[in-house]
Amino acid sequence: MKEELFVSGRMNHMIDPRLNIWHWQIPLYLFLGGMAAGILCFAALYYIRGKEKEFHTAVRITPFLAPVLLIIGLLCLLIDLRHKLFFWQLYTNIKLQSPMSWGAWTLMVITPVSFVWCALHLKDVFPGWNWKYKWLIALETFFNTYKRVLAWVMLAYGLILGVYTGILLSAFNARPLWNTSIMGPLFLASGLSAGAAATLILSKNAAERKHFAIIDLVIIGIELFLIIHMFMGFLASTQVQIEAAEMFLGGEFTVTFWIFVVILGLLVPALLEILELRKYHIPALISPLLVIFGSLALRFIIVHAGQVSRWLY
Amino acid sequence: MRYAMAVDTRKCVGCSDCVVACQTENNVPSGYCRDWVVEVMDGTYPQLEIEIRSERCNHCVNSPCVRCCPTGASHFAEGGIVLVTKNECIGCGACIASCPYDARFPHPDGYVDKCTFCNHRLKNGMKPACVEVCPTKCMYFGDLDDANRDVSVVLKKRKYKTLIPEAGTDPQLYFLI
Repeated sequence: MKEELFVSGRMNHMIDPRLNIWHWQIPLYLFLGGMAAGILCFAALYYIRGKEKEFHTAVRITPFLAPVLLIIGLLCLLIDLRHKLFFWQLYTNIKLQSPMSWGAWTLMVITPVSFVWCALHLKDVFPGWNWKYKWLIALETFFNTYKRVLAWVMLAYGLILGVYTGILLSAFNARPLWNTSIMGPLFLASGLSAGAAATLILSKNAAERKHFAIIDLVIIGIELFLIIHMFMGFLASTQVQIEAAEMFLGGEFTVTFWIFVVILGLLVPALLEILELRKYHIPALISPLLVIFGSLALRFIIVHAGQVSRWLY
Repeated sequence: MRYAMAVDTRKCVGCSDCVVACQTENNVPSGYCRDWVVEVMDGTYPQLEIEIRSERCNHCVNSPCVRCCPTGASHFAEGGIVLVTKNECIGCGACIASCPYDARFPHPDGYVDKCTFCNHRLKNGMKPACVEVCPTKCMYFGDLDDANRDVSVVLKKRKYKTLIPEAGTDPQLYFLI
């Protein structure tokens, strides 16, 4: 039997018994950033492949969500900071070893890019759109000329944004649950599936819907593989990581994780999409909404559980 | 120069004088602490063993907190002391999440605060407040590169351990056992 007692000082509700420094803001941002990354990646990808016409919604309509999601996400980040007025310090240096520094600079690039992308497609949403000022029209012509470059930048930074939301967590070796390189791919996959789900909700074109339903199915498969792979890795690792896995395999997060993330967020939407592809009539909104909900739940549960998992000494 | 601290777990009685001395010396806001005392009970009654440790930031050589800090507010000062520059800290909490020893806390003023090894006292040739005040003289502090300092001598003579070396941090707080 081993018992650890704090004699003094650390009897502090601000720190002990759990070091819970990140509340709802960070997981919500990780979700919004991941979903925006997914949306922008698909838009850029299909534009580069010259399939603008077939995937009208994914390239021209869904990206309008991205700046909104990113701005809300940035606000969450700002709310999370405790020394808010010093936020500009993020942009006074580049720290290659800090994922948060990478993230700050990535957002600095992709947020304006997403705005420009939407501006270029305003005429698709509002047919009578008129820029009124000459310099705005000149800017539009300029970006239209280099739209392909813009798409490549958007694709690259979209992928970085999607994967960084996971790497941010995996860089913390103090929190055994986060300290796995699976986090990056898992969060990227979850962001991409949320992005595909957004197009599924907005698209009215049957062929496009079918295409994105198949994409969603594939990504759900990848996510399930990554989740199983993650727990296999944990169980074959050190004691602290075994304990981190046990929080999900019988411990306090078992019910929330397996019901909200795996069953409602992955298995049920996968089943519904398979049935829909087999021509059963299923309300179109249910499956994408569940995917988005599962993606959100994944971030909240992983961020919260990670802060519970710790080294014991 | 490499500052380090050794704490004799056989001498420490867990009086918490070090905690109060630190809070007074560094104006630590009430309810927070930069150092704390841990008492670990091992065994089953009546075969019990107690280890008492005065803990603080380990001023690691491979510091996850310095690595994770996005602004460079967390940095190494002379002698490997890990410090936070108040006006560069944005209070994002990355360093707090990255510390396996939970040695950092968010100061109510917004920035992140932690043990400084009483850097301001070292500059004047004094020892950290916790070391100075210890009634059992169980703490040794100094430059490990100087073989004649009491901390170097005691680490040569005695058996010691560090906390979770497997976290790969190379901690510089030694516990004599």
